[in-house]
Amino acid sequence: MTATLPALQTDGLGSHWTPRLEALLAAGRAAGADLVEVFLERTDHLGLLAEQDRITSVTPAFGMGAGIRVFLAGRDGFVSTNDLSDAGLNQALEQALGMLGLQRNGAVRSGFEGLPALRDFGAVKADWLPRCPALNEATLRLLEGTDQLQRHGRHLQARRGSYARDWQEVLVAASDGTFGRDVRLHQSVGLNVLAADGEHRSSVGRRYGTSGRPDDLRQWDAEASAREVCESAGTMLYADYVEAGQLPVVLANRFGGVIFHEACGHLLETTQVERGTTPFAGKVGEPIAHSAVTAIDEGLSDGAFGSLCMDDEGMEPQRTVLIENGVLQRFLSDRAGELRTGHARTGSGRRQSHTFAAASRMRNTYIAGGPHTPEELIASVDQGLYCKSMGGGSVGPTGQFNFAVEEGYLIENGQLTKPVKGATLIGEAKEVMPRISMCANDLELAAGFCGSVSGSIFVTVGQPHIKVDSITVGGR
Amino acid sequence: MSTATPGLNAEALRSRLEQLAASAGIHQWDLGAACSTDTSVQVDRGEAKQLKGAQRSSITVRVWNGDGLVGVTSTSDLSESGLARALAGARDASAYGNPDDTPAFSPLATAPLPQLDQPHHAPRGILHLLDTLKDAERQLLDRHAAIGTVPYNGLAERSSERIYLNSAGACRQQRLSTASVYLYARAEETGRKPRSAGAMRLAYGAADLDVAGCIDEAAERTISHLDYAPIDTGRYTCVFSPEAFLDLIGAFSSLFNARAILDGVSLSSRDAIGEQLAVPFLSIHDNGLHPGNVGASAFDGEGTPTQRLALLEGGVLRNFLHSEATARAFGVAPTGHAGLGAKVSVGPDWFEIGPAAGSSGGQGGLDRFQASEPIVWIDSLSALHAGVKASQGSFSLPFDGWLVKGGEARSIEAATVAGDIRQVLKAIIGFEGEAKVTPDGLCPLVWVEGLSITGEA
Repeated sequence: MTATLPALQTDGLGSHWTPRLEALLAAGRAAGADLVEVFLERTDHLGLLAEQDRITSVTPAFGMGAGIRVFLAGRDGFVSTNDLSDAGLNQALEQALGMLGLQRNGAVRSGFEGLPALRDFGAVKADWLPRCPALNEATLRLLEGTDQLQRHGRHLQARRGSYARDWQEVLVAASDGTFGRDVRLHQSVGLNVLAADGEHRSSVGRRYGTSGRPDDLRQWDAEASAREVCESAGTMLYADYVEAGQLPVVLANRFGGVIFHEACGHLLETTQVERGTTPFAGKVGEPIAHSAVTAIDEGLSDGAFGSLCMDDEGMEPQRTVLIENGVLQRFLSDRAGELRTGHARTGSGRRQSHTFAAASRMRNTYIAGGPHTPEELIASVDQGLYCKSMGGGSVGPTGQFNFAVEEGYLIENGQLTKPVKGATLIGEAKEVMPRISMCANDLELAAGFCGSVSGSIFVTVGQPHIKVDSITVGGR
Repeated sequence: MSTATPGLNAEALRSRLEQLAASAGIHQWDLGAACSTDTSVQVDRGEAKQLKGAQRSSITVRVWNGDGLVGVTSTSDLSESGLARALAGARDASAYGNPDDTPAFSPLATAPLPQLDQPHHAPRGILHLLDTLKDAERQLLDRHAAIGTVPYNGLAERSSERIYLNSAGACRQQRLSTASVYLYARAEETGRKPRSAGAMRLAYGAADLDVAGCIDEAAERTISHLDYAPIDTGRYTCVFSPEAFLDLIGAFSSLFNARAILDGVSLSSRDAIGEQLAVPFLSIHDNGLHPGNVGASAFDGEGTPTQRLALLEGGVLRNFLHSEATARAFGVAPTGHAGLGAKVSVGPDWFEIGPAAGSSGGQGGLDRFQASEPIVWIDSLSALHAGVKASQGSFSLPFDGWLVKGGEARSIEAATVAGDIRQVLKAIIGFEGEAKVTPDGLCPLVWVEGLSITGEA
């Protein structure tokens, strides 16, 4: 089969939009807005699903849209639309202005001097989409993955492989002179199995993702991924349920970083400061974690899922040290966060799509490596839990977080012993951060998705092996 | 200022698709289209925090190729070129259609639709929403000195329209207006941990929203969690609120899902109809047509009419939820629970849970405030996306709730509840109170014995 999906129209987003954008921004300013921002987007998505040894779903999708945001005296109005015609964009602008009690008056430019030359981060990425595997090649790679699951797994009742390719072109213009364009490419591939033997069941999944690497699927090591998934499923198939209690835990590296993401990272976003829902507001310069903890959020790591050339407000990303040796250094801030909380922008204004206003969000977030070996952490625990693989989690409005342990082992007398399942870790950031007492020297990152006020975005979590002295382990 | 009501012209859309399909040599196709206009507001301590509007449109096109295989493409571009590209994309994707599981048009796509009583309200406009929400926030803040903020709040109204068309002449169309309000308050007393709780309401228009009820419920629940204590880890009899039990059943709805059964990821098998899954006094129906289901759909993604379907009667499994393809595989009729895709998803609409008709309803006279032993009253479950293993049956979930002892309820500081859904369904003792209408269904308080609670005591 040689079918290929039609390419995107070539009439994309670029400097030819300048006159239309300038007219919109000028009209908004003339109506009295402090600042007007236009976010334009085109997307091209491909999703594939393989089950057992057959492709069972091919889901292409493409779209376009605009989000127009108007600021006035600290407030903002935001309108999104799929209609990129002049009439559609003007209607959206008028609606956003009207939300703030402003009316378009057709006056000449006022306080807006026009857009500068476009900063085009996407110019060198024009070939990214064509370089991605064509449909036929992608399906074959995915079927290779489910075949490898069959080769390496036992008692498998269901085998699934999934692939997602998300291409996004964005153009951001604002009346403060912001004018940038970028092209983003995210690809991820996942393998899942359900193993069953009598009453014993285990379901295990892993997802691997990168950004800006068209050859990612070609370079994916399907066998290594399948081995990892099957090994975990086999181990967990006969695992007992964990016994509940207050325990010391050692969290593995890579996706173990979800604990910092949920327990602390969200609370260092200015959206939480605005809401009054973070216990860390006003604590910059004060210790909020154990001195062993240094934590970073950045958008710069090559190929990482949360990396960007510019954020969704047109600002280049930074390497932001959040916590250094336990002391709070900075919050992650976007345009509205800077306006309302005074924390300077960090290139962290992110959104799922044009239908969301940008908000301060994490990018690649991780705890830095420490001096210990992973074995030293485990050896330091008499009775505890080793969390080799983490599931998802969440944090509530009072800072209470939770996350699921996909693959766990008991630690007894400093040694890993039997596998256990069904564990949930719960706690509060303020209480848990000071209990991260040891960090190992094996920092690794893992791709993930984060859902919050501005939708679901691509992020990286990460950490070395870490030890938490005590945490509530929910179980049976 | 008000927002315009969206509009889709079904016949014009059909005409365009027919022309494009004919020129592309496509003889069989169907589509689902939707458009909506949304307006929403959020406030923060008396000030507008964010005002938001959205005009959305989307279309999903399926085509059948010469080999009878199906492909699909979705787009938000409803222009002529967008539709042409969607058709071309779907045709190309059809080369990878699954010959073992090919959807067809639903045989019920032209059957009469149920009549839904869904009054259509014109939008009130964003400034009205803003004033209403500011007032609601102020009232909630005034309820208790400890309530300092309402960090999560929103008032929204939506006008929407959806269409299903196919090349065999089916034409479904539904217009709807809905409104919603939610208020989640945060309260903190000196030297104590912050606590949070909230409430939400749905209606067909902003004017019909029970904002006062939402304020009352959010205040009552938040205040009730101010005085908290840790709970000892152990096994307890638990009383699930209607919302919590509906969430739990929803998380394990793959038990009733024919798609999940065919995919091998359900706890049920295809020959499980007639099995005793639960206590003999429990019934579960899926009923998207219930008047309490605000915003009910009259038809599913394949145009099949929505219906009331018995899932468990007297604890016995009676039916599965079906799409056209799964129904054909099982030799039954589609039930109106399908999405639209090359591989069609299946999902529940709105549950009715309660005592089986003619049964005792389990143990009578249950009253958590009269119980002789400590009772854990589960108000709401969290993190269902992470703590539920649907294909294994197990769950371990954080919850908000109270320990009821000696007729007094005291909020639980932080805890998880864990168990197995199959054991839960067989460990139900009975029901307390009248069934309550919630956004997800209808359910009374449900008593379940012997669940594992992990606390911090």
